[in-house]
Amino acid sequence: MKRTVPIIITALGGFVLIIAYFIPRTQGWGETAAIWFDVLASIAFILGGGNLLKIHLKKISDQNSGWGYSAITITAFLFTLFVGLGKIGVNPNIQYPDFAWSGSYRTIGSPFWWLYEYAFKPLTATMFAMLAFYVASAAFRAFRAKNIEAILLLGTAFIILLGRTFAGVLLTSWLPDWLVGLKLENLTVTIMKVFNTAGNRAIMIGIALGIASTSLKVLLGVDRTYLGGGED
Amino acid sequence: MKSSLLSKAVLAGLVLAATVWAQEEGPAPPTNVVATDHPWDGGTQLDVSWTLSADDAVNVATYKFYRTLTEAEMLKEEADARFKALNHAKQIVTTELFADADQQGIPHDDPELLGRIRAARKSAADEAITAVNADIVATAGETKYRFISILLAGENTLTVAKLNRAVAYGFKVVAIGKNGVESAPAVSMAAVQPIRQGFDGTRFFLSLIVFIICGAVIYYINVARSGKPLNIRKIAGLQAVYEAVGRATEMGRSILFVPGIQDINDIQTIAGMTILSRVAKTAAEYEAKLEVPTSRALVMTTARETVQAAFLSAGRPDAFNQDLIYYVTDEQFGYVAYLSGMMVREKPAACFYMGSFFAESLILAETGNSIGAIQIAGTAQPAQLPFFVAACDYTLIGEEFFAASAYLSGEPDQLGSLKGQDVGKSIVGIIMVIGVTMLTLAAIVGFDSGFGAAMLDAVDFLKSVILT
Repeated sequence: MKRTVPIIITALGGFVLIIAYFIPRTQGWGETAAIWFDVLASIAFILGGGNLLKIHLKKISDQNSGWGYSAITITAFLFTLFVGLGKIGVNPNIQYPDFAWSGSYRTIGSPFWWLYEYAFKPLTATMFAMLAFYVASAAFRAFRAKNIEAILLLGTAFIILLGRTFAGVLLTSWLPDWLVGLKLENLTVTIMKVFNTAGNRAIMIGIALGIASTSLKVLLGVDRTYLGGGED
Repeated sequence: MKSSLLSKAVLAGLVLAATVWAQEEGPAPPTNVVATDHPWDGGTQLDVSWTLSADDAVNVATYKFYRTLTEAEMLKEEADARFKALNHAKQIVTTELFADADQQGIPHDDPELLGRIRAARKSAADEAITAVNADIVATAGETKYRFISILLAGENTLTVAKLNRAVAYGFKVVAIGKNGVESAPAVSMAAVQPIRQGFDGTRFFLSLIVFIICGAVIYYINVARSGKPLNIRKIAGLQAVYEAVGRATEMGRSILFVPGIQDINDIQTIAGMTILSRVAKTAAEYEAKLEVPTSRALVMTTARETVQAAFLSAGRPDAFNQDLIYYVTDEQFGYVAYLSGMMVREKPAACFYMGSFFAESLILAETGNSIGAIQIAGTAQPAQLPFFVAACDYTLIGEEFFAASAYLSGEPDQLGSLKGQDVGKSIVGIIMVIGVTMLTLAAIVGFDSGFGAAMLDAVDFLKSVILT
């Protein structure tokens, strides 16, 4: 029963969405199924918040290693929640001056806006900026010419990198017109448009078929591993 | 002589005046506006055509196209007009009174001032509503139209979408002259109601392809069930799952499983869950610690169910600890920050990245690499595959990721589905060969020749009808 009911729900939801794509009469059903998921996902926010509190409070209570981070997380979470829900420092909407909470919580200059602009955004930007360094370190490792494949990869990367710089264009500018295809900027375009596109499309076709097959297995209940196994 | 010159001048003046007058005149109106139901749709579209204005070639710049408002739309427009007028009137009064108060140095929370504002707002609102209601009454009974689109001269058809199939619609077309003057409107002769068809015919070929591929998958699942042996090639990344879990056990360190950053409605997350089940089962058998931080609460609950059942099937229900599968945050880089910090502090021996990843893929994989963990990744995001290939020990590329569940379970049912996928690949291969052959032939004989044009038409049909 614990497995059968979820499988029936999954199959019903999935097949309704497939049918709704082809039969106009059932389009509304598909939209309803999609709204159900949105409702579930919204409720899950409360579940997520509760779990966050539980895990971190437990860490603090047990004084586990790194419990200080948990304390900071909980403080930041509760403070942001309080400032946002309470609309602290938000002026009333000019149309409803009698109602203290009529202003938008995202009003420019409000504490919630300030937290978003000057705490959240710089922090996420910092994480994102680290990507540049990781790209450099990954490229350094990937481009070491240790075998034939790595040499090919290195050669291709060299052409692409150089072909997208002014230096690359300058280096092969002397080539005669009948060798125009060998100019670095043109080689770059050829590699990206022909070889890269072909490889990408092959992967995309495999992915599309994999998605179709996996979806069908899940809908038919053939693959129940996401429910923990095949036993009922 | 003099009279002849005078008469020529008068004539020239008359011609000039007539030209100026003609330029200020609008073009002749379009005629014969006819609406018909759009075939093979869900009852939301109508095709409208009209006969072009007689001046189309010389004095028409564009056509403006309108449709009648439904009763619900009319009511909404009236309500919107009332709401806008009401708010506008209230806002003006409030702003003026607050400005007066500022000049007089009266604070905004002064009770007497607020009382005056309330009274003034009520009176302004009443006046605004009365004025709007009077307008509505004055125009009652007139057919009201909504502007839909603008079309260029020479165009005389339009498919109008987003219609309500319970309502009959009328249409109006106005020609706009090159001098900006509008013609008299041409109104459709009869109101037409869209009809909902039983099947979306534009998707017939797609449904056929879906039917063949799904049929093949189901057929081969049944073949596998009948006992026919099916082979699958070795996938190094999946062979390494046991090695990675074993290594973590030997080192006495944890295993980190990251199920991507998308919710459970993403097929990649579901595919990740099927792999998690196998990893959890192996971890339970080896008595290794498995940690699953998630970026979505629904993924957390699913992962808990999956791991719990895997521990149960491994005969180790007591070893299951639900606190090791927890929610972190929905925020992409917040999640990455947590995982990176956790990896550096706890140094898991094995890291699995199975699901949908975006910019965070390389940050995670490089952090894992820097702590010396054995890393296995799988995703169907083509843009992230190079990053995983560069930084992980093994990467499941696209379809390998979706084949993982079948591969790891070895169940005939699931292996059969992989065989069914091969039929899909064959269809794709055949269509590609046909398309490439036709285009090559067209290029050889010339695109302008009859045969070349026919080939181009066939390729266009293949692309825009069969594969759309």
